[in-house]
Amino acid sequence: MIIMENVCKSYKVVKRNAGFKEACKTLFRRDYETIHALSEVSFTIADGEMVGYIGPNGAGKSSTIKILSGILKPESGTCHINGLVPWENRIRHVRDIGVVFGQRTQLWWDVPVIDSFELLKDIYSIPSEIYQSNMEDLTRLLDLREFLKTPARQLSLGQRMRCEIAASLLHSPKILFLDEPTIGLDAVSKLAVREFILRLNEIHKTTVILTTHDMQDIEALTRRILLIGKGKILMDGTLADIKSGNSSIDETVAELYRSYDV
Amino acid sequence: MNKYLSFFRLRFIMGLQYRAAALAGIVTQFIWGFMEILVFRAFYTANKAAFPMTFTAMTSYIWLQQAFLAFFMAWFMEEEIFDAIINGNIAYELCRPIGIYEMWFSRSVSNRLSRAVLRCSPILIVAVYLPRAYRLSAPKGWLEFVMFIVTMLLGLLVTVAFCMLIYILSFFTISPQGLRILFLSCSEFFSGGVIPLPFFPDRIRAVMELQPFASMQNVPLRIYSGDITGDQMIKAVLMQIFWLCVLIGVGKQICRSVEKKIAVQGG
Amino acid sequence: MRGALGLYFRYISINVKSMMQYKVSFLLTTIGQFLVSFNVFLGIYFLFSRFSSVKGFTYSEVLLCFSIMLMEFSLAECYARGFDAFSGMVRKGEFDRIMVRPRNEILQVLGSKFELTRMGRMLQAIVMFIYGISVSSINWTPGKAITVVLMIISGTVLFTGIFLIYASLCFFTLEGLEFMNVLTDGAREYGKYPVGIYGKRMLQFCTFIVPYALVQYYPLLYLTGRVSNPLYIFIPLPAILFIVPCYALWRYGVRHYKSSGS
Repeated sequence: MIIMENVCKSYKVVKRNAGFKEACKTLFRRDYETIHALSEVSFTIADGEMVGYIGPNGAGKSSTIKILSGILKPESGTCHINGLVPWENRIRHVRDIGVVFGQRTQLWWDVPVIDSFELLKDIYSIPSEIYQSNMEDLTRLLDLREFLKTPARQLSLGQRMRCEIAASLLHSPKILFLDEPTIGLDAVSKLAVREFILRLNEIHKTTVILTTHDMQDIEALTRRILLIGKGKILMDGTLADIKSGNSSIDETVAELYRSYDV
Repeated sequence: MNKYLSFFRLRFIMGLQYRAAALAGIVTQFIWGFMEILVFRAFYTANKAAFPMTFTAMTSYIWLQQAFLAFFMAWFMEEEIFDAIINGNIAYELCRPIGIYEMWFSRSVSNRLSRAVLRCSPILIVAVYLPRAYRLSAPKGWLEFVMFIVTMLLGLLVTVAFCMLIYILSFFTISPQGLRILFLSCSEFFSGGVIPLPFFPDRIRAVMELQPFASMQNVPLRIYSGDITGDQMIKAVLMQIFWLCVLIGVGKQICRSVEKKIAVQGG
Repeated sequence: MRGALGLYFRYISINVKSMMQYKVSFLLTTIGQFLVSFNVFLGIYFLFSRFSSVKGFTYSEVLLCFSIMLMEFSLAECYARGFDAFSGMVRKGEFDRIMVRPRNEILQVLGSKFELTRMGRMLQAIVMFIYGISVSSINWTPGKAITVVLMIISGTVLFTGIFLIYASLCFFTLEGLEFMNVLTDGAREYGKYPVGIYGKRMLQFCTFIVPYALVQYYPLLYLTGRVSNPLYIFIPLPAILFIVPCYALWRYGVRHYKSSGS
C-alpha cells in the first residue's frame, strides 16, 4: 500500500543566460530560480494495482519516483509504503522494490548477464531456492535462455531490456517501478514485455507503477491513470475517463495536456 | 575560419560558467607551483653549484609552466573524441564537410587556448607579486619575450599534433586507455615535465633536446628567462618547426588510411 | 558483516572478470602505470646524480621513503578506486541505482571499481623498496619491520580517507573537485621526499591536519636511525583516526544528496 500525502519538493537552479557578457557576469554573481517540482501531491495506491503515471516532460514524474524509492526526501508531506517511510528506512524499504530505468542499465557491461544476476543474488541476499525458481520462471517467461551467457554490451536493446526487467525481479519485490521500459524496442519485444508484466501482476499481485510516454503501454497495462503537470496531480482516474470518440490515444492525451495547460 | 572562432567562443563561455571549477583549478595550480618551488629550493640549498639554472630562471619556469599548463599537458585530451571513436559516433563526424584531421586539430587547439587564457592571468598576476625569491620575474629582454610567444605557439601546435597521433592510433585498438597512458608517461618525461631538461646529465641532455617532446614546453619556458639564447635559440625554433611538419605529415597519412576502413565497435 | 565481505569479494571477481575481457588494454594500462611511477623514480635518480643529498637525506633514504609511500597510495588506489571515480558515477546518475539497493552505499561504491591495473604502481613500489633496502645502510630490527608494516597499513587507510573526502565532495559540487587532486596526486608527487624538507609549516600541516608525516616522515626518522625512541614504531597508528571525519563527511554528503536530488 502506497500512501502519499501533500508532498512538496522544490529545487534551486542556477539561471544561466546565453551570450558572452552574461557569462562574465555569472563569474561574480549568481541568479537562482526556484523550481517547484512537486506541489501538494497526494494519492493512494493499493496492493496489486497497476497505475500509469503520465505527464509532459518536466512535470515531476521522476521526482515522484525518486521519493517513492527513497532516493529523495521531500520538503513537506508524508509518504508511507507498506508502513515504512522510504527515505528514512532506505535499506529495509528498498529490499521490497524493483526499479527499471529505461535509459540506464543495471547490468555490468562486459561480463555475461548471468554474472550480473549472481551479483544481484548476493546484494539482495536471496536464498538459493528462491533465486533458482525465480531464475527459471523469468528465463522461461522472458525467453532469456539463449543469451544469459552473453555480455550485456553485445545484446540488442530488446534483449537487454528483458534482462533488465528480469534483474529487477530476482528478489521478488512487491512493488515494481518502470520508467520508460519499452523505449526503443521493436514491436515484438514491446508485446513480450507487456505480456510479461500483465502475468506478473496476475500471478504475484505485484504493484506496478508505470511511467512512460508510450500510450499504448498505458492502454495495454493499466486501468488507472495519474496525470501530473507542473508539479500538481491534475487527474486521478481511468483510461475510460479520458477517452472520447475515435481519436487515437496519443491525440487524446495531447488534448488532455492542452486542456490542463501543461 | 568562422566556425573555429565560434567554437573558441563557445568553449570560453563554457569555461566562464563553471567558476567553481576555474577557482578550484587556479588554487590547485598555485599549490602545485608552490610545492615544486619548495622541492627545488631544498635541492638548491643543498648544492648551489650543481644547479643548472639560476634560481630565478627556475621559479619563472615553474610559474609559466603552471600558467600555461593547458597548452602542453599531453594528458589533457578530449574525452569526447575518444568516446566518439569507441561508440562509433565517428560515423557522424565523417559525414561533415571538413576533414577529420583539421577538425580535431582546430578543436584541440581552441580547447587548450581557451582553457589557458582563462587560467593564466590570475596565476601570472599573483606570481609576479610574490616575494622576490619565489616570483615570476620579467623576461630577459624584448627579443626573448617575442621569441617566447612565438615558441609558445609553436609548442602548442607540436603538442596538439602529437595528441592527434594518439587519437588516430586509438582507432587501431578497441580500448585506448593503455595506449594513452603509455604515450603520456613518455611525453611527460621527455618534455621536461618531470624535471626540466637542463637537470639531466650533459650527455643525455644533448640527445634529449633532439626528440619531438623537447619541442613542446621545454623551448619557450627556457627562452623566457634566457636559458636558451642566440644560436641555440634559432636551432630550437627550427627543431620545433621540423617536428611540427613531421608529426602533422605522419598524422594526416595515417588518418587518410583510417578514413578508408573504419571498424565501428558494435552496440 | 560476513555477508558484506562475501559480497565484496564477489564485486572484486566481477570487476576482474570485466577487465579480463580486454586483456591487451589491461596489460598496456598496467605497464603504463608502472612507467608513470618509473618516471618519477627517474626524476629522483637524475636529481640525485647531481645533488648528493637534500636536507640531509641521501638517495637510498629518499628511495625508501618514496617506495613505502607509493605502496600505500597504490594499495588505496587499487581498492578504493570507486571513490576516486565517484564524480563520474554521480554525473551519470548511477548513484541512484546504488540507493535503490538494500546495502550499505560505501560497500557498493567500493565494489563498483576494483582496478587491478594499479598493481603496476605497486610493482614499481616493491621493486624500489627492495632496491632501497639493499643499498641502504639501515640496521634492520624487528621493531623497524613492524614500523614499515604499520606505515603501510595506516598510510593506506589515510589515502582511502582522502579518496572518501573526494567522493563526498562530489555530492556538493562536481566542478570544484580539481582542488582535491592536490591531496591525492599531490601527496603522491611530493610525498616522494620526506615531508620535512619542505619547511616547518608544511610539516605542521602534515602532522596535524592531514597526517602524512605520521606515516612517512616520523617513522622514517626512526628507520634511518635519526631517532631511537621505540615509541616511534607506533607513530603511524593515530593516522588511522583520520578516516573518522572523512566518514562523517560522507554521511553528510549522502543526506545532502537525498534532499537535493542529483
